[in-house]
Parts: sequence; structure tokens; C-alpha cells
Amino acid sequence: MNHWLIAPVLLPALLGSLMVLWMRHDLLQQRVFGIAGSVLTLGAALWLTAMAADGQVHVYRLGNWPAPFGIVLMLDRLAALMLLLSAVLALVVQLYGIGSGWDRKGWHFHALWMFQMMGLNGAFLTGDAFNLFVFFEVLLIASYGLMIHGGGPMRLRAGVQYISYNLAGSALFLAALGTLYAVTGTLNMADMAERVAMMPAEDTALLRTGAVLLLVVFAIKAAIVPLHFWLPATYANAPGPVAALFAIMSKVGVYAIIRFFTLVFPQDTVIETIATDLILPAALITLALGQIGVLGTRSLTRLAAFAAIASVGTLMIPVARFDAAGLTAGLYYMLHSTLAGAALFLVVDLIAARRGGDFWLRLRPAIRNTGLVSALFFATAIAVVGLPPLSGFLGKLMILSATLDDPWMAGIWATILVTSLIALMGFARAGSILFWKSHEMDPQPGNDSDEGQRPVRGPIPTRLETDEPIQDVGDSAAPWLAFAAVGGLLAGTVALALFAGPLTGYLRQTAAQLTDPAPYLESVLRQQEGSR
Amino acid sequence: MELLVASAVGAMTAAGIYLILRLRSFAVVLGMTMLTYAINAFLFASGRLVVHLPPILRDHSGTVPPDTYTDPLPQALVLTAIVISFGMTAVVVMMALGAFIEGGDDHINMPENDRIMPPLKTIDDSPAEDETA
Repeated sequence: MNHWLIAPVLLPALLGSLMVLWMRHDLLQQRVFGIAGSVLTLGAALWLTAMAADGQVHVYRLGNWPAPFGIVLMLDRLAALMLLLSAVLALVVQLYGIGSGWDRKGWHFHALWMFQMMGLNGAFLTGDAFNLFVFFEVLLIASYGLMIHGGGPMRLRAGVQYISYNLAGSALFLAALGTLYAVTGTLNMADMAERVAMMPAEDTALLRTGAVLLLVVFAIKAAIVPLHFWLPATYANAPGPVAALFAIMSKVGVYAIIRFFTLVFPQDTVIETIATDLILPAALITLALGQIGVLGTRSLTRLAAFAAIASVGTLMIPVARFDAAGLTAGLYYMLHSTLAGAALFLVVDLIAARRGGDFWLRLRPAIRNTGLVSALFFATAIAVVGLPPLSGFLGKLMILSATLDDPWMAGIWATILVTSLIALMGFARAGSILFWKSHEMDPQPGNDSDEGQRPVRGPIPTRLETDEPIQDVGDSAAPWLAFAAVGGLLAGTVALALFAGPLTGYLRQTAAQLTDPAPYLESVLRQQEGSR
Repeated sequence: MELLVASAVGAMTAAGIYLILRLRSFAVVLGMTMLTYAINAFLFASGRLVVHLPPILRDHSGTVPPDTYTDPLPQALVLTAIVISFGMTAVVVMMALGAFIEGGDDHINMPENDRIMPPLKTIDDSPAEDETA
């Protein structure tokens, strides 16, 4: 049995607890241990990706209990891919959190970050449905703390809304699991898949109810219309780096949909195409709503939030087919949209910080570092909208070609292409208000919103500054680190475009593994010689 | 027995959803609690309702039919769910208090100035002629 599988869960859990207990007053130590934790998690994710590349399904039996009775962790190519994506994102965005000074604005930023990673990694690795619920709760609890990091009335109110919505979602999750347990008598995903496959076709009302309830729960996490209402206020009011980390949170919902509806409820069982029939129209509406929101909003943070909604809509369109080509395109777009969406939230945070916290789309005098920031905004907008040469263009192209033979092909193509144009207009409008027109304004010395916001020279302050009145924006302690983090995410989308060939090959193998569930049942339920 | 549990689950869910839809933080917290009770009872019932039987197999000789015990797994699930929902209720109460104290009212919906651009003055103290456009 390979104990590496538990490392991405245990490592952040231990470091997070250590930070809360031992170094709650020492920000420098928190930063060192936080970065170390993220780097080590990234290392473990790389190791596991190399392990999963052999195409086997690796199983870790907690407490060495045999499979349907004990909890198992399950590593396949998809899980490894998600681990790697979240580890890269968490590390880069954490560096931004340090560079922009956000981690000084409240307590326990890095500890909560670790617990968030623990929940994410656990959700990706688990092979047990109830365990998935527990890891969802872990990552949600950490996200509640991160969401209100820094405080402020609007953020707290958005936080209460976010918690309420997700608590209702968790209740629904439990109801779905209870229904599925009542029907199948198991909570192990592989075991459940086997029993669903054997279920007589005439006795599936409860099973279908459970499956659709589960779909609704994951759609809440992924913010698919009509369950997206929590997202704009939450993401728009969350601190910049936290919103950027949340770019992977909505993808957890997508991951869970892919996992359950390829492994447990594939289309050739009694569930049939119920998931496709529900998801595809919802995804199209999600995409349209998100991009119209991008054009219609007057707030920069909401623009990024609506772009996040649109990205989930785009990637659910091919995923809804649950075939190899659709999953390949969807996974590629998932990688792209996570990095690009996170970069957008960070750029928005950079801009808002330089405008004295004003995130509304209106004219202000030109900001500090306007050349660099506007270049980053421009590049991010290109990536998010999906123009060449960045990976968004390739991703959308792959989605279009994957849906070529779809009965809904005309509708899908029209929605994707028209909404891309709408988003392009939205970003062009925002960029022109923020950067072009603002140059025409005469920055009067008294009105300079940067007054008092100059970067602190000298060593990075290491004391927590919670005694000060909390400002809504990061007055940057190490701006180069913040810029480097955004640049790193954009470099990621460039790399996705440059290495699209080998990457697509890997994703194709991942999709092939997903569409053939037999090896999962074999590894989890039969090859149990280690568990005696 | 079935009727009692089923009607209790139904009534508590209805009450919970009604209270959540009141969109005031105290009502929402109560509604969440009701909903959690309903879900816990439902989870308990998902292992089939059996009365006066222990959650373990007492006799391994095989002479006693295997349905003489109650399913222990839902009990473990309910226990986990209770712990999590208890913690979450505490978190949401604290945050609702914070939002009430800082935000001034206990509405769950965001106030209007989350969506509508406030005049430039309220964000910083720059004079009104800043808004030349």
C-alpha cells in the first residue's frame, strides 16, 4: 500500500493546526510555514501525478479495512490532475496574498489556507461518497473564514449569505446521500457503481431522485444556473487572493459531477442520459448569463465573478456529453479557466488597490504602475475571453470541435461564439474606462487616490496589523511579488497553449480512463490482498 | 412508526424552508436548525426503521436471521452530521452577529449599495469635481 496518497491531505492539516497553535502571533513564521506547506503539497501532487500517469487506479485503504466497509482514497489521472492544478494555484495565489499584504489584514490567513487545501485535496482523492461530504465541509469551513478575511460590513454580509446558501446545500447533500444509501446500501463509490449497474430498470425512482439531488448539490458548488445566486456577491466581496483561490472551488463541483456521473451513474445504466439532459441547457444559460453579466456590471469585482460563472458554463457544455472527446475538451478548459479566472481576480485586486479601493467602473485619475497593470489586465482579458494566442482560444476551439456531432450543435456554437463577443465587449469597455479614458483626466494633486497608499519601503512588516482600522484594499508590501504571481498565472496559460499537444494527449488518456469504470471496481473492490 | 417519522421529516423540512425564506438572519439560523433535524431523522430512516434492536450482530452462529439488528452505519452518519451542523450553526451565528453589528441590519440579502454604484464621495473624501465625466 502506498502511503503517498494521504500526504496531500495530512500535510496541510498538520501544518494548519501547527500554525494555529504555535505561531498565531508571528506572521513571518506563518508565511514561511505556509509557503513551505504549499510547496510540499505541490511536491506531493507532482509525485502523485507521476504515479497516476501509469494509468492504474491507486487505492489507499484507511486503517487497512477492506473496501466497501472502510474508507478508501482513490488516485486516478483526473484526481492527480486536479491535485496538481489546485496545488499550483494555491501556491501562486498565496504568494500574491503575501506580496499584496492581504495576509496582514486579519488573523490566520495561512492556517485557513492550509485547511482549504486539505479540504480540496481530500475531495479530489476520496473514493467514498460520505467522505466527500466531509471534505466538502472542511473546504467550506475554511472558505467561510477566508471569505470574511479582513472584515468590513459588506464582506461580512456577503459571508452570511454564502454560509446560509452552502448550509442549505450541505443539508441537501446529506439528503441525497441518505437516499442513495437507502437504495444501494453502500457509500463507497465503486461499490455503489456496481450496485447501480445491477439495479432492475423498473425500480429506480428513488435512485434517480438521489442522483438528481446529488447533481443539484454539485451544481450549487459549481454555480450552474439556476443555482448560481450565491456566487456574484460572494466572489465580488471576498478578498482578491481568496476569490482567486475560489476559482478552483467552483471547479470542485464540476469535478464531483464528472466523478459521479462517469463512475457511479454512467449513461449506460438505469440513470440513462438524465444528467446530460439537465446539464446541457443549464450550462448554455449559465454561459450566456455570465457573459451578459460581464458586459452589464458596473463593478470590476463583479465582472470577474460573472466571468467565473461564464467559465463554468463553458466547461460544462462539453462535459455534459460524458464522452471521451467532450471530457478532454472540458478538462482542458477547466485547467485554462482556473488559471485565467484566478489571474483576473488578482488583476482586479491590483487595480482596486491602486484606486483607493474603488472597484466601480468609473473614471478616476490614472493609477500607479498603470502601464504594467493595464498590460496584465489586457493579457488576462485575452485569456478569459478566449482570443488567440492564449489557451482560452484553444480551449474554446476544442469545445467547438467536440460538440460538432451534437444534436444541439447549432445552439452550442451560437451560444459560445455570441457570448464570446459579448464578453469581449464587456472587457473592452472595462479596460477603456479603467485605463484609456483615465489618462485623459487631469490628476490633481489633492485628489490623488494613491495618497497615503505608497508601498512601504524596507523589509516586509511581519506583525499582524489588525489593530489598525482595516482598509478594504491591500497597500502592497512587496508589489513585485504580487506582480510576479499574476505573471506566473498568465505564464501558466501561455504554457497551456504552448504544450497543448502533449497535454491534450494526457487529457485524452484521462478521459479514456474515466469513460471505462471497470478498472476502478477492479482496483477498489477486488485487488484487496494488501488489506488483511 | 413510519408515519410518525415521515410526517416529522416533512413538517420540519417545511418549517425549515419557510424560516430560511424569511431572509432575516435569526429566522435563517432557526430554519437551518430545523432543516438539519429533518435531515438527521431522514438519514436515520435511510437504514430502515427497526425498533428495540441493537446496532450489532449478537449471534454469529447463523441460527438467528440477519435482520435482527439495526443498521449501524446511518447512526454513524447522523453523528457526523450532528457534529458538523452544530459547528456550522455556531459559525453562522457568530458571522450573523458580526454582520448585524457592522452592517446595521439582519437582512440576508445584500443591501442596495452592493450593486448600485455609490457616488464618488462616499469612498474617499475627494471633492465632487473629481467626477468630471
